[in-house]
Amino acid sequence: MNKGAKKTLIKLIVAVPLMFAFGFALVPLYDVFCEVTGLNGKVFQSEHSDELVVEDGRQISLQFISTNNENMPWTFEPSDQVMDIQTGKYHTATFYVKNTTDKTMTAQAVPSVAPSNAAEHLKKLECFCFEQQELKPGEEALLPVKLLVSNELPSNIKNIILSYTIFDITEYNDDEKLAHHQMDME
Amino acid sequence: MSAVIENHHDDHHHGPAKGITRWLYTTNHKDIGTLYLWFSFAMFLIGGAMAMVIRAELFQPGMQIVEPEFYNQMITLHGLIMIFGGVMPAFVGLANWLVPMMIGAPDMALPRMNNLSFWILPFAFFVLLSSLFMEGGAPNFGWTFYAPLSTTYAPPSVTFFIFSVHIMGASSIMGSINVVVTIMNMRAPGITLMKMPLFVWSWLITAYLLIAVMPVLAGAVTMMLMDIHFGTSFFNAAGGGDPVLFQHIFWFFGHPEVYIMILPAFGIVSHIIETFSRKQLFGYSSMVWAMLSIAILSFVVWAHHMFTVGMPLAAEIFFMWATMLIAVPTGVKVFNWVATMFRGSITFETPMLFAVSFVVLFTIGGLSGLMLAIVPADFQYHDTYFVVAHFHYVLVPGAIFSIMAAVYYWIPKWCGNMYDERLGKLHFWLSFIGVNVTFFPQHFIGLAGMPRRYPDYALQFADWNMVSSVGAFLFGFSQLLFLFIVIKTVMGGKKATSKVWEGAKGLEWTVASPAPYHTFSTPPKVD
Repeated sequence: MNKGAKKTLIKLIVAVPLMFAFGFALVPLYDVFCEVTGLNGKVFQSEHSDELVVEDGRQISLQFISTNNENMPWTFEPSDQVMDIQTGKYHTATFYVKNTTDKTMTAQAVPSVAPSNAAEHLKKLECFCFEQQELKPGEEALLPVKLLVSNELPSNIKNIILSYTIFDITEYNDDEKLAHHQMDME
Repeated sequence: MSAVIENHHDDHHHGPAKGITRWLYTTNHKDIGTLYLWFSFAMFLIGGAMAMVIRAELFQPGMQIVEPEFYNQMITLHGLIMIFGGVMPAFVGLANWLVPMMIGAPDMALPRMNNLSFWILPFAFFVLLSSLFMEGGAPNFGWTFYAPLSTTYAPPSVTFFIFSVHIMGASSIMGSINVVVTIMNMRAPGITLMKMPLFVWSWLITAYLLIAVMPVLAGAVTMMLMDIHFGTSFFNAAGGGDPVLFQHIFWFFGHPEVYIMILPAFGIVSHIIETFSRKQLFGYSSMVWAMLSIAILSFVVWAHHMFTVGMPLAAEIFFMWATMLIAVPTGVKVFNWVATMFRGSITFETPMLFAVSFVVLFTIGGLSGLMLAIVPADFQYHDTYFVVAHFHYVLVPGAIFSIMAAVYYWIPKWCGNMYDERLGKLHFWLSFIGVNVTFFPQHFIGLAGMPRRYPDYALQFADWNMVSSVGAFLFGFSQLLFLFIVIKTVMGGKKATSKVWEGAKGLEWTVASPAPYHTFSTPPKVD
């Protein structure tokens, strides 16, 4: 094989693992892209309370939706279906959960916001979705979420839907990888 | 190269070894090309048999022949086998046979890797097909294997599927590295890039696309493997992953893959139309630039497969316009072929019949693709038989007709015998009618709202489904005629001249027919 061919060959062989790595790089890139643009209704950041200016804004309605992922037997529903809230002010909403089975289970709630361009304006200070819930058989709980919708919310949005899907993660419970992923989400 | 030019004045001619070891150990590009072509033919017949099962089930509404679970396995394997086992190896086989001869090279640049890249393929498909006999059955999640269908809900055989995709990917990557190194370094003196035959150009671009996206596919299946067996959550929402991410990664591979399956066809058809029109190709450099732009655009349109996942408006508009932009270079190519035929002294031998019908039917498939690119319309068409009709129009009378045209066009060069022209024409007309009767009605039932991938359908779709099935049987069984014609040509027939076709141009027509085992051991002179 001549020199030129060897050079071409080496370049191409290097390109293959690079593109393989690029496939994996798409995973964080996707999250970053969603975070920067606020797409996908993903809620990424909760900020410290003192960083937020609390002032009066306008009236909007906040609607809650709860969904059980397939085979998740728990009762899971918002205490109020709709709340009328002021932008720029803290509000606390609660969700009722009950482990209806006869074994101890762990759950993880995953949030989503619609419309997606409202996602970046919804700031959560505390949320049960930041941690896993472990409930004993028959145990019930009221899970709080403390949130604020900033005054910069586009004026055409009068109604925000905050949806939670609850997953059964009993099997994954002690998985370290999972914990890492949750950190990323917060 | 210098090693080759040093004169080996051995008296005896280096012919192929005898027996089965000739094929197992061969490093000869012609042998390996032949292996690839026969392998893809076998896969084409297996995948075709699965299509026959699908169309037999859909002949009438209601469940007739197979269980729904088995039907799902059939549609999955049909797609995977036709794409990775049928079309892609056929093009690699053609590249092996033709690229060295077209550029005046003695062989491929990496002959041993060439052998390896072929011989791992049968294992990949053995693994994939063996999953049919495993507990839980073969993969049943469609050829696009969307997570979580292919992770959380997959049958246990999904792990075998993942490994077979890894092997197929390794084979394609090695094959394309070989093609690029050969084309970039082994052209005979005088063949500059812009003097290369268009088939060589089309394969150079295809090979780069393959090297760019096959590793991404390998990454996607590796992530699936980790989600299934190692507790990661790339695509699992419960663990913070995202199933939509799978679709982005998959289509980042999948859309360039679509062009991988059509660019070599563009090259083939350009040669055939030029030959049988007995004219110079209308615009060589515009053809090259059109292929390059199609290849580059293929990386920025992937999300048009996912308009209904809930993308923001801005993204949908971007992907819609980017997709429509591809119609421009494609239009350049189609008008180029038409202009080449214009006022040519055309004869319609079998390869030309396939090539001309390629231009017409591929354009139909391209236009229905343009309809699918329109976001608001796509919400209606998404996952209906309209999509099935669209991609079968670009793949069957597109990619596969071009492969058949190539076989008829070059087979006299490969085995020294002319094929039976009357049988060839019969095969063409049966295929042409069969393809259109099969897939044209699927546009209608798709627009009427029949979803794809179901083994049963509502009564109002019954008539056109029956027509479609009849066409499919016609098309399917006429491929046995193709097999017969190929075998008959290999066994004997009218001897071919070295030029074969009156209007043929290019280095491969300067060597004897059949092409000697070793060609261009000394590079030819090209002005």
